[in-house]
Amino acid sequence: MKPGLIIRLVVLALLVAFIVTPESFAWVFQPLTKNGQPAIYVQNSLLNLTVSHLTIVAIATIASTLLAVGLAILVTRPFGAEFLPLSRSLANIGQTFPPVAVLALAVPVLGFGTAPTLVALFLYGLLPIFENALTGLTTLPPAVTEAARGVGMTDRQRLLGVELPLATPVILAGIRLSVVISVATATIGSTVAASTLGEVIIAGLLSNNLAFIAQGGLVVGVMAVLIYDALSALERALMARTGQRRQHA
Amino acid sequence: MTDAAIAAPTRSFAVDKLGVLIAALAAIAAFLPFAAFRANRIVLGEAKGLFAALPGWEAAALAIVLAAGIGIALFRTPTLWRLATSLVVLALLFVAIGHAGTFLTPPGDKIARVSPGAGFWLLIFAFALLAADAIARLKLKPWTRIGVLAAVALFFAVLLGSGTLNDLSILREYANRGDTFWREAQTHLALALGSLAAATVAGIPIGILCHRSDAWRAPVLNVLNAIQTIPSIALFGLLIAPLAWVAANIPGASAVGISGIGAAPAMVALFAYSLLPVVANTVVGLDGVPPAANDAAKGMGMTDWQRLVTVEFPLAFPVILTGIRIVLVQNIGLATIAALIGGGGFGVFVFQGVGQTAMDLVLLGAVPTVALAFAAAVVLDAIVEMVSPKDTRRD
Amino acid sequence: MIEIEALTKDYLELTVVDHVGLTVADGEIAVIVGTSGSGKTTLLRMINRLIEPTSGTVKIDGQDTRDVPAFELRRRIGYAIQGHGLFPHRTVGQNIATVPTLLGWDKGKIAARVDELLELFQLPAAEFRDRMPSELSGGQQQRVGVARALAAEPKLLLMDEPFGALDPIIRAKAQSDLLAIQKRFGTTIVLVTHDMEEAIHLGSRIAVMDKGKLLQYAPPDEIIARPATPFVAELIGTGERPFRLLSLGKVRDLVESGPAQGEPISADASLRDAYAECLWTGREMLPVVDADGASIGRIRRDDIAHKAERPQ
Repeated sequence: MKPGLIIRLVVLALLVAFIVTPESFAWVFQPLTKNGQPAIYVQNSLLNLTVSHLTIVAIATIASTLLAVGLAILVTRPFGAEFLPLSRSLANIGQTFPPVAVLALAVPVLGFGTAPTLVALFLYGLLPIFENALTGLTTLPPAVTEAARGVGMTDRQRLLGVELPLATPVILAGIRLSVVISVATATIGSTVAASTLGEVIIAGLLSNNLAFIAQGGLVVGVMAVLIYDALSALERALMARTGQRRQHA
Repeated sequence: MTDAAIAAPTRSFAVDKLGVLIAALAAIAAFLPFAAFRANRIVLGEAKGLFAALPGWEAAALAIVLAAGIGIALFRTPTLWRLATSLVVLALLFVAIGHAGTFLTPPGDKIARVSPGAGFWLLIFAFALLAADAIARLKLKPWTRIGVLAAVALFFAVLLGSGTLNDLSILREYANRGDTFWREAQTHLALALGSLAAATVAGIPIGILCHRSDAWRAPVLNVLNAIQTIPSIALFGLLIAPLAWVAANIPGASAVGISGIGAAPAMVALFAYSLLPVVANTVVGLDGVPPAANDAAKGMGMTDWQRLVTVEFPLAFPVILTGIRIVLVQNIGLATIAALIGGGGFGVFVFQGVGQTAMDLVLLGAVPTVALAFAAAVVLDAIVEMVSPKDTRRD
Repeated sequence: MIEIEALTKDYLELTVVDHVGLTVADGEIAVIVGTSGSGKTTLLRMINRLIEPTSGTVKIDGQDTRDVPAFELRRRIGYAIQGHGLFPHRTVGQNIATVPTLLGWDKGKIAARVDELLELFQLPAAEFRDRMPSELSGGQQQRVGVARALAAEPKLLLMDEPFGALDPIIRAKAQSDLLAIQKRFGTTIVLVTHDMEEAIHLGSRIAVMDKGKLLQYAPPDEIIARPATPFVAELIGTGERPFRLLSLGKVRDLVESGPAQGEPISADASLRDAYAECLWTGREMLPVVDADGASIGRIRRDDIAHKAERPQ
C-alpha cells in the first residue's frame, strides 16, 4: 500500500472513532475550553448529526447531478441547441448567488428545517455539475464523435455509448466540486434549524466555546477532504481507463 | 462543418422555443399572487392577484404590455427587439409593484406590509431569461456590457430615489434602519475588498514562488486546498481565540482594531479563503506561458526578473485576473457569514431576519448582496475579456 | 456500384459541392483529390449522409441512399478518417466490433471476425485485442481504425485522408496494406486526399475537385497525360509528369530477355524506381528478378525513358 493511502485510512478510522465515541477524545478538546465548559457537544449525538449531514448532502447532490446532466444533455442536442447560450450565461450568473442568500430566500417558501437547506444545496450544486457536463459534452474529440456517426450509431447509441462515457470523468470533477462545497455549506443550514454538523459549530459560537467550533469544523473539513480525495482517485482511474489526460481541475 | 453549425431558418413566424418557455412561465404566474398584503410585519400574507393589486386601468395596461412582451418572445424576432422588450417589461414590472404597494396600503398605515408575490417574481424571472438570452446572443463588447449594467443601476437609483417603491415592505425595513444599512454596507464592502486586496498582494508572490519551485508547490497548494474545506462558519469561529490572544498580548494590536470578535476574524477568514484562487490561478497562468516565448526571452539574454516582468506576468495576467474575479464574487457572498461572529455586513439583516422570521429583513440583506456580487461578476468578466488576447474565443 | 448524379450542397449562399456526377464501379478505388476547401470531404460525407445533400442523388447498387434511415445506411458502409477516431474508452477488440455489435451479430462470430482482422493487419490478436487505443502507436491506431471500418464486411469503404497523420514510412506501408486488403476482399473504396502522389499510387480512377466542381474524373494515366484544365495540370506538377507516369508502370511490363550487370531489380518494382536506379548507378540496363529471386531477364533505360513520354 502507498503511504498516502495508509494516511487516509488512518484519518478515516480516527474520524469514525471520533464520531462514534466523541467522549473518548475529550482530552484533545479540553485545552480549548475555559471556565469548566464541556469539551464535547452532547446535546445531540454526533453520529446522528453526521449521518443527517451526509444524507442531506447526498440527496441534494444526486438531485443536482440528475437535473444538471439532464439539462446539459438537452442543450447539447439539436432540439435544445437554442438554449445553449442562455444556459451558459445562467450557469455563470447563478454562481454569483451566495449560498447564504439562497438559503435565506428559501426559508419563506419552505419554512425552517431541512427543506430549505436541501433546496439551497441542490440549487447551488447544480452549477458546477452543469458547467462541467457542458464542457465534457462539448469538448469531445471531433474525430471520435465523427466516427460514432460514421459507423451508424443512432443519436441515442452515440449519447449512451460514446458521449456520456467519455464525458464522465469531467462530469465527476463537477460532482466533486459540488460535493465539497455542499459539505461545507450544509453547516450554514443549521442557522435555519436543519440538523447538520453546523449545529455543533453554532452552539460553540453562541456559548463562546471553541471546543465545539473546532470539533464541528474538524469533522466537516476532514470529511470534505476524504470525499474530495476519493472522488479524485475515481476520476483518475476513469481517465486512465479511457486513455485521456486530465483536462479539468 | 456540420449541419448544426448552419443558422436556423429565419422564417418570420417561426415559434421560438425559449419564447414557449417564457409564455408558459407567464401563464403560471397569472395564477399566482402578484403581491401579498399583510396587516403587520409578522402575520401571514393575503394574496392579491394582478387586478386586485393595482387600479383597474393600470392592471389592464400592464396585462396588455405583458401579452405584447410574450408575443415578441414567442416568435422569432430580431434579438435587439427582444432585448429592448425584456428591459421595458422588467422596468414596468418594477414600477407596477411599487404602485401596488401604494395602492394596497391604507393611507397613513405605517405597519401594513405589501411585498411582491410569487407571480411577480416568476414574471421577473421569465423576462430576465429573455434579457439574458438576448444579451448572450448579441455577444456584446465588454464596454457595452458594463454600459448596460450602469444603465440598469441608474434605473434602480432613479426608481428608489423617486420614492415609487417606498411602500414596499423591503423599503419599510430600510426606512426603519437607514443608518445601519449604509454602515453595514460599508463594512460589507470593506470586508470583501480588504481581504481581496490582502490576498492579491500576498497571493501573487506565493503563486510565483510555487510556479518556480516544485518543492513549494505541492505543500502550499495542499494547505490552501484544505483551508477551503473548512466550513466558513467554523473558520470564522476558530479565529476568534487567536485574535483575542493577539489583542490581549500584543501592544497596540487592539488599538488598530484587532479583537477576538468582530471584523478582524472575519477579515482573516476571508483572506484565508481568498488565497487559493489567487495562488492557483497565478500558478496556472504562469504554467500556461508558451515555452517558446520563455525560451526566446532566455535566448535574448533576459534575466529571471526581466523575463518575469516583461514576458511571463503579462501573458499570465488574464488568468490571474480570473482568479481575482472568483475571489471577489465569493467574498461578497461569504462576507454575509461575518455577521454570525459580530463582524457586521449585510449578513446582519439576513440572520436577524431569519431569527425574527421577518423575510422582508432577510431580503434587505440578501438583495444587495446578490446585486453586488452580480455587478462585480459582470464588471470583472468584462475586464478579463478586455485584457485577454483577442484570439481566445469566448462563447 | 455507386452512382452520384448532380449532387449539390449549399450552405446558405455558398455552394460547397456543385452538381457533381460520377460513377464508381465495383472493386474500384476512386480517389478524390483537391486542395482544402475544394468540397472533396463534403462530397465523401454526402455518400453516407453524414451531410445531407441539398439536391442530387446518390445510388448504391441501384438503391437511392435516401430510401434507408441514415444510421442503417452507415452501418453498411465502412468509414475511416484521419486521426482514426477510435473510441478511447473501449478496447481495440470492442472498437473493431462496433458495427457488428450494432448489427446484432452473435458473439462468437464477432470474436472470430475481430481476431481475423487483427491478424490481417499484423496485430497479433492475443496481444492487441484487450489493449486500449491510447496504448498503441500512431500506425497501429490507424490500422485498427481501418479494421473497424471493414469489420462488418462492407462492400463499400469511405476513407477521409486516412493516412494524413502518419509519417512517410508508415504511410507507404499503410497504403500497400490497403491495396492488398482491397484486392483480397474486392471492396469498393472512395478515398479523399490532398496528396496527388497518394492518389496516383492508390486510385484506379481519380476525381479532381476545385471550388466545389468536379474538373476531371479519369484513370491516373489519363489525368497525367491529358489534364482537363490548367488547375489539374498544376496539381500534378508539370515537372513531375513523366515521373508520375512511370510510377504507374511495373518493371514486369518492360522486361526483355538477355543479361545485364550489377544489382538486380524486382519485377514488381515501379518503372520510376527502376529508372532512378539506372540513373544513380549509371547503368544502361538492369537485371530483373521475380519474387523468388529467380532471374527473368533485363530492363533497358531507354525503354523506360520512352515510357515517360507524353502518350499520344
